[in-house]
Amino acid sequence: MSGSALPLEIVDLRTTLFTRRGEMKAVDGLSLTVGAGETVALVGESGCGKSLSALSIMRLLPDPPARIVGGQVKLNGRDIVPLPEETMLGIRGKEIGMIFQDPISSLNPVTTVEKQIVEVLMTHTELGRGQARVRAHELLELVGMPDAARRLDAYPHQLSGGMCQRVVIAMAIACSPSVLIADEPTTALDVTVQAQVLALLKKLQADAGMAMIFITHDLGVVAETADRVVVMYAGRKVEEASVDELFENPLHPYTVGLIGATPTPGAERAERLADIPGMVPPLNALPQGCAFAPRCTRVMDRCLTEKPALTVPGPGRLVACFAAERG
Amino acid sequence: MAGELVSPTPALRGSARRTAALRLLRRRLIQAVPLMLGVVIINFCLIQMAPGSFLELMTAENQVSDPATVALLRKTYGLDDPVWMQLLKYIWALLHFDFGFSYRQNMPVIQAIWIHLPATVLLMVSSIALAISIGVAAGVVASMKVRTFWDSLVSIAAMFFYAAPSFWLGIMMIVLFSVKLGWLPVGGMMKIGGNGGVLDILHHLILPTLALGLFYAAIYTRVMRSSMLEVAQLDFVRTARAKGLSRNKVTIHHVLRNALLPVVTILGVQMGTVLAGSVVIESVFSWPGVGSLLFDSVSSRNYPVVLGIMVLGSLVVIAANIAVDLIYMWLDPRIEIR
Amino acid sequence: MQRFEFVARFARNRGALVGACLILFVALMAVFASVFFPTDPLRIVGLPELWPGEDPEFPLGTDSLGRDILSMIVHGARATLLIGLFASAVATIIGVGVGATAGYFGGWVDEIAMRVAELFQTIPNLIFVLTIVVILGSTLTNIVIAIGIVSWTPIARMTRAEFLSLRDREFVQACRSMGMSDLRIIVSEILPNALPPVIVLSSLVVAGAILFESAVSFLGLGDPNVASWGRLVGDGRQLIRSSWYICAIPGIAIMITVLCLNLVGDGLNDALNPKLRDR
Repeated sequence: MSGSALPLEIVDLRTTLFTRRGEMKAVDGLSLTVGAGETVALVGESGCGKSLSALSIMRLLPDPPARIVGGQVKLNGRDIVPLPEETMLGIRGKEIGMIFQDPISSLNPVTTVEKQIVEVLMTHTELGRGQARVRAHELLELVGMPDAARRLDAYPHQLSGGMCQRVVIAMAIACSPSVLIADEPTTALDVTVQAQVLALLKKLQADAGMAMIFITHDLGVVAETADRVVVMYAGRKVEEASVDELFENPLHPYTVGLIGATPTPGAERAERLADIPGMVPPLNALPQGCAFAPRCTRVMDRCLTEKPALTVPGPGRLVACFAAERG
Repeated sequence: MAGELVSPTPALRGSARRTAALRLLRRRLIQAVPLMLGVVIINFCLIQMAPGSFLELMTAENQVSDPATVALLRKTYGLDDPVWMQLLKYIWALLHFDFGFSYRQNMPVIQAIWIHLPATVLLMVSSIALAISIGVAAGVVASMKVRTFWDSLVSIAAMFFYAAPSFWLGIMMIVLFSVKLGWLPVGGMMKIGGNGGVLDILHHLILPTLALGLFYAAIYTRVMRSSMLEVAQLDFVRTARAKGLSRNKVTIHHVLRNALLPVVTILGVQMGTVLAGSVVIESVFSWPGVGSLLFDSVSSRNYPVVLGIMVLGSLVVIAANIAVDLIYMWLDPRIEIR
Repeated sequence: MQRFEFVARFARNRGALVGACLILFVALMAVFASVFFPTDPLRIVGLPELWPGEDPEFPLGTDSLGRDILSMIVHGARATLLIGLFASAVATIIGVGVGATAGYFGGWVDEIAMRVAELFQTIPNLIFVLTIVVILGSTLTNIVIAIGIVSWTPIARMTRAEFLSLRDREFVQACRSMGMSDLRIIVSEILPNALPPVIVLSSLVVAGAILFESAVSFLGLGDPNVASWGRLVGDGRQLIRSSWYICAIPGIAIMITVLCLNLVGDGLNDALNPKLRDR
């Protein structure tokens, strides 16, 4: 172990849903690291475990049914999985910030923007109410809120989706966290606003040197923001590579499908991944072998009976696929 | 930036919200006019439907035989006019708060109702206050301890109080707290010969308030519980948790206020039933309010008072509803005047 | 198949099942009242004010005149349940009629219907009932109609909402394009689909109607020829210092019946909307 620990290091994280219909491994042995100033994209279709991974890192899983059953989440070298809830209260919003998918519903509809920002400041800093208000104004300016002073008194329904997302971002970075988790932060926004919010996130990250986990199903967004990409399928990591390598030479058939399904710039963005036939299998009915086998174009007999393990096909790359191993 | 400035509704600052509230008030007052007209028409229809001549019934019940008085009544009620004329006259009279004369009380109906109104309003307000405080508290506790012993206890208690007839509950409480334990008075609003000290009235107010309020407390508990559970699922609650707020803080600062909205809505809808419920409770506890007056008038077939109470009761309900609307607006900034 | 699932979901709700059984018991009691107690329940049969258990012949005791309370409760069940059922039926007929018209036609018809519903919600319900009863006379029919008149608004609102969501569905449009009359579309096409939640609501209105009737009878304005439970409470009221059980017993009967009806209504509701179940 080196002296300076990574901002975020996840080791073999396992999160299980305990439901009436049995246990479902929603996150099954996920490992990844994010360095300071680095952006790692977590990519996959809905239901692949991206969001539950994020909530696991925040220790905000809906319990019941979801619970972390194993693994470590090291925040600046400290494993936060065993920490008691009181300690987590001091970590959420201070050391890890989080941004959500639907900005308008992510804000309390009956409270002003200012109060919602002030709340996070007063929870984690020594600022008095007056100072916190001043800081809230600065933060809104920082996230590029047009006419920030007037927006402080606004209620969320009076703001556009993009403005609400700026407020959510302001709350997430208010206490200068070392890790920022963005869960589909642009999915609910208009295309023009998407680009603005992405640019804002990149800028804030670069200025503060934050580690960022960027969760998305949209590979077009990945290309613009991420340094490294982790592709997830049915709760498992199936491929990891730097963003350039991934697009140049995707190894896993699933990744290939995802990239194929990503529209070229300029074309209409597709919400669904039309090029991959079939659906993500339900977690309680995973096939015995590779979870992707039923949809895979390169499926072999072995894929149906055996789960492929992660292998290292090259420096800084990982892939879990028998076909990819054979080349 | 163009995409973001689509709906730059200016923030409603203090004064702006006040104007909005005034606009709401004006709109509701205008809407109240046809509503009151409807009440009056229903009233009038009831008079028309009364078997036998309304006048005969009234004179007989009030033991009025003096021909001069009968002639006066005929004139007051315009019984020789065509029906539509009678209706117009009736409306005209009501507009001047002329609800007729009550021989039983020997005063104008409006005055008889007016002197009984404060006691009823006091009982209504205290019962609603009790119902809301118990309902909100129990609903919050049940939702925070959902599916535990406390949740079940609250739900079972709510179910019982929701099913118990309020008059029966009142009598049973009299048996327990007044007859057996001797803690609280059996009825009335103040001690006999008392001068109506605040404490004395409060002492007399406890049982009627419980009897009337617990039913509504049961309703609010159920609504509040499910509303809390529903709001707790919303996205902004997760955001608040991600800010590092504790579960309790999130519940109080974020969930509670949003969860109150349906309770306030129901409060408005039920204002009329609260007033009606107080009729029965007043009869149980000899509470000297409009309910007692109504009961007395119903028993003695004193129609002008009965009809007057129906009109004024509706007026109270409309006024209370407007108040509830304003509260709702204060709680939910999303409400803008459509 | 679907019906079976519905029954199964209902049966899984223990409270609703217990409620249904108790309601059935009360109903049987009402139906066979004259078999168990063939004599007039209002006849004096023993010493006055016998406490429950004091004389094994009168398990629930006797009232101030020496009438058998158990017999009066059993016979009162008939009056109470019938009034509740009929009042709910009146409310359902008015409510479905108004709601269906408003929801189907929309526009100004809807506007007027909703204003009228608001009007009936404004007039304090019990005061309305008392006024009707006192002016038109304390007969059973008048009481039933009066309670129906103050109870129809929730049913109308729900029917309207169902109709609003159903009236633009394909099968309705198909009927329209076939030239079917509005009345026929409303009655034979939309109504059957809209009815299940409405019936659940009517079962809750029965509970409300029983409470209403008991209040009216308690105040001494019920039909003088009918000894419903509410009247028994009212009759016993004078004796609470010595024999409070005379008041307590019929009140418990009302409470249990209303409680069970509510449980059944909630159970039906949950079985209809399984998604809302875990709230």
